[in-house]
Amino acid sequence: MLKQYEHWQRTGRNDPLPRFALFAAAGTAIALLAFAAKPLLTSSSAERRREFDDDAPRRLSREGEGSPAFVGKSVLINRPRAELYDFWRDFKYLPRFMENIRAVEVNGDVSTWTFAAPAGQTVTAEVEVIEDRRNERIAWKSTPQSQIATKGAIDFRDASAGRGTYVDALVEYTPPACAVGRAVADLFRREPHVQARHDMKRFKMLMEAGEVSTSRRTRHDS
Amino acid sequence: MRALTYHGTKDVRVDTVADPEIINPRDAVIKVTSTAICGSDLHLYDGVIPGTLSGDILGHEFMGEVVEVGQKSTLKKGQRVVVPFTISCGKCYFCEKQQFSACDNANPAEKQDMTEQLYGHAVGGLFGYSHLTGGFSGGQAEYVRVPYSDVGPIVVPDHLEDDKVLFLSDILPTGWMAADNADIENGDTVAIWGCGPVGLFCIQSALRMGAERVIAIDHYPRRLELARQAGAEVIDFKQTNVTEALMEMTGGIGPDAVIDAVGMESHGFSLGDQAQAFNLADTIKQTVGIGADRGGALREAIFACRKGGRLSMPGVYGGFLDKFPLGALMEKGIQVKTGQTHVQRYLKELLQLIKEQKIDTTFMISHRLPLEEAPRGYKNFKDNQNDWTKVVLKPGV
Ligand SMILES: NC(=O)c1ccc[n+]([C@@H]2O[C@H](COP(=O)([O-])OP(=O)(O)OC[C@H]3O[C@@H](n4cnc5c(N)ncnc54)[C@H](O)[C@@H]3O)[C@@H](O)[C@H]2O)c1
Ligand SMILES: [Zn+2]
Ligand SMILES: [Zn+2]
Repeated sequence: MLKQYEHWQRTGRNDPLPRFALFAAAGTAIALLAFAAKPLLTSSSAERRREFDDDAPRRLSREGEGSPAFVGKSVLINRPRAELYDFWRDFKYLPRFMENIRAVEVNGDVSTWTFAAPAGQTVTAEVEVIEDRRNERIAWKSTPQSQIATKGAIDFRDASAGRGTYVDALVEYTPPACAVGRAVADLFRREPHVQARHDMKRFKMLMEAGEVSTSRRTRHDS
Repeated sequence: MRALTYHGTKDVRVDTVADPEIINPRDAVIKVTSTAICGSDLHLYDGVIPGTLSGDILGHEFMGEVVEVGQKSTLKKGQRVVVPFTISCGKCYFCEKQQFSACDNANPAEKQDMTEQLYGHAVGGLFGYSHLTGGFSGGQAEYVRVPYSDVGPIVVPDHLEDDKVLFLSDILPTGWMAADNADIENGDTVAIWGCGPVGLFCIQSALRMGAERVIAIDHYPRRLELARQAGAEVIDFKQTNVTEALMEMTGGIGPDAVIDAVGMESHGFSLGDQAQAFNLADTIKQTVGIGADRGGALREAIFACRKGGRLSMPGVYGGFLDKFPLGALMEKGIQVKTGQTHVQRYLKELLQLIKEQKIDTTFMISHRLPLEEAPRGYKNFKDNQNDWTKVVLKPGV
């Protein structure tokens, strides 16, 4: 870089271009800052949106921004629908790709999900399946005695020929009464979309590649 | 083990670090016998690729012996393999389409956010090439953990020495794909910017694919000499106005295909030359670190390309480029193809050509150093490009 710089000084010292270039650089930096600072849409265009219903998933509507009690994520997975349904239906596999779920114990229709909580603690939810359509949809809901309230659904749809299955997940966490529960809820809601995105990508990896990708070099790396 | 690690801009060192282990079922661990420094490594060395952290092991061109295998690896201990720099799962939509460097699954989920924000989509996984491409430990080391070892590595016969097959890991298929992407037709004139290892393999590949003439551009006499040796006519951009020369050398038509084998750290900014002049502005922005690429060679290539011609870009870019000659690209109807190389796609074919001695894969190697001297290799490959044309490192020497 230094060499480049010297070369530039040698060739362009008395030329107007360096100054122009600096302005251009500064201009770009300012434009980038402005872009970062500016909300993507003003309220007026959000209002305008309401006059028309587009075909994007409802959950993405800008109207609902700022109430991230539930999150959704869609992934296209290069496997047949039945295989994905079977894997998901057996809740004991969830900890293999859902970061916040430490363990799942299945007892018939009810299962106990253990979530990681701050400061090394855990909270549990008793979860029952409320809808089960083979190879199409699974929906679940926590029972009132759970430490954290959660509900969710996952849908499986065929993609066009040879492209596998669209998997749509929708999960909701409600702040429970107890203090730990609140902390957990905060944890989930800090970056719920990021969480959902990572979890669904790991599900895809596990289904397509048979393992969850990692760049760790040793088993003890974090 | 010993490994070349990144400590900051132009600061790489050989450190002792923990040995790699098998983590996933499809992994293998390779004991490295040869590894090379690539022009792409220089972008990391120069600090123009974000997401490289102190302590990261660099290197993505390597080969060696299989010493450990996971239960789902198809490799066997003792096999000699060359490892593609692209990490690919082999099972996703992209891998099935042979677009291996676009693999959806290799880059770990938590590392995908960065490029998803930067590029709209997460990129695939690469060895030793920043956390944008997964943060995988690289091959300038004694041992490497190789994920998806049943898909990537290619077993090479014992009678072919390391030097002959090592570049299957990257620059040989990269030059090959760049020529492939130029959609060369019989009788074509192909112009290639950059006579580094990638450019040199582009020349060789373009001629094999039926180009009538290849015109190669650089400013280092030694590299231009190698280009000539590979069969190209050459232009020294310090001596000659490149766009003008290309027009005159093609009867005013311009090259049918242009290949940018320079990438984001283009040299030179001759002020009399419109396509190059903006390179100065790029340089300043890159120096102050605002994610700008330096695109002098790319702009010049687009200017020179004939109407309805093709642009192939193996050169690596990472961010944004100002003063991009979009008008020239559109008005002349130029086709663009680019990307990190889909290495696995070309391995069998290229290994066969090496076996039949139809391509020379060793002519650009200028230096062989022990791994311990890798920092000297980086410094000279960067500052002394005329003479240091390709550096091969040997661990454990
Ligand atoms: N697409 C891929 O998968 C892939 C793989 C490997 C390398 N690469 C990229 O290919 C590029 C070249 O790699 P390399 O190993 O040959 O690097 P290198 O640094 O050894 O060679 C680059 C050459 O370009 C020349 N050059 C610089 N500015 C020029 C200009 N304006 N006009 C003409 N020549 C100019 C330099 O003098 C140098 O000889 C790099 O950007 C590298 O990152 C891409
Ligand atoms: Zn390389
Ligand atoms: Zn893949």
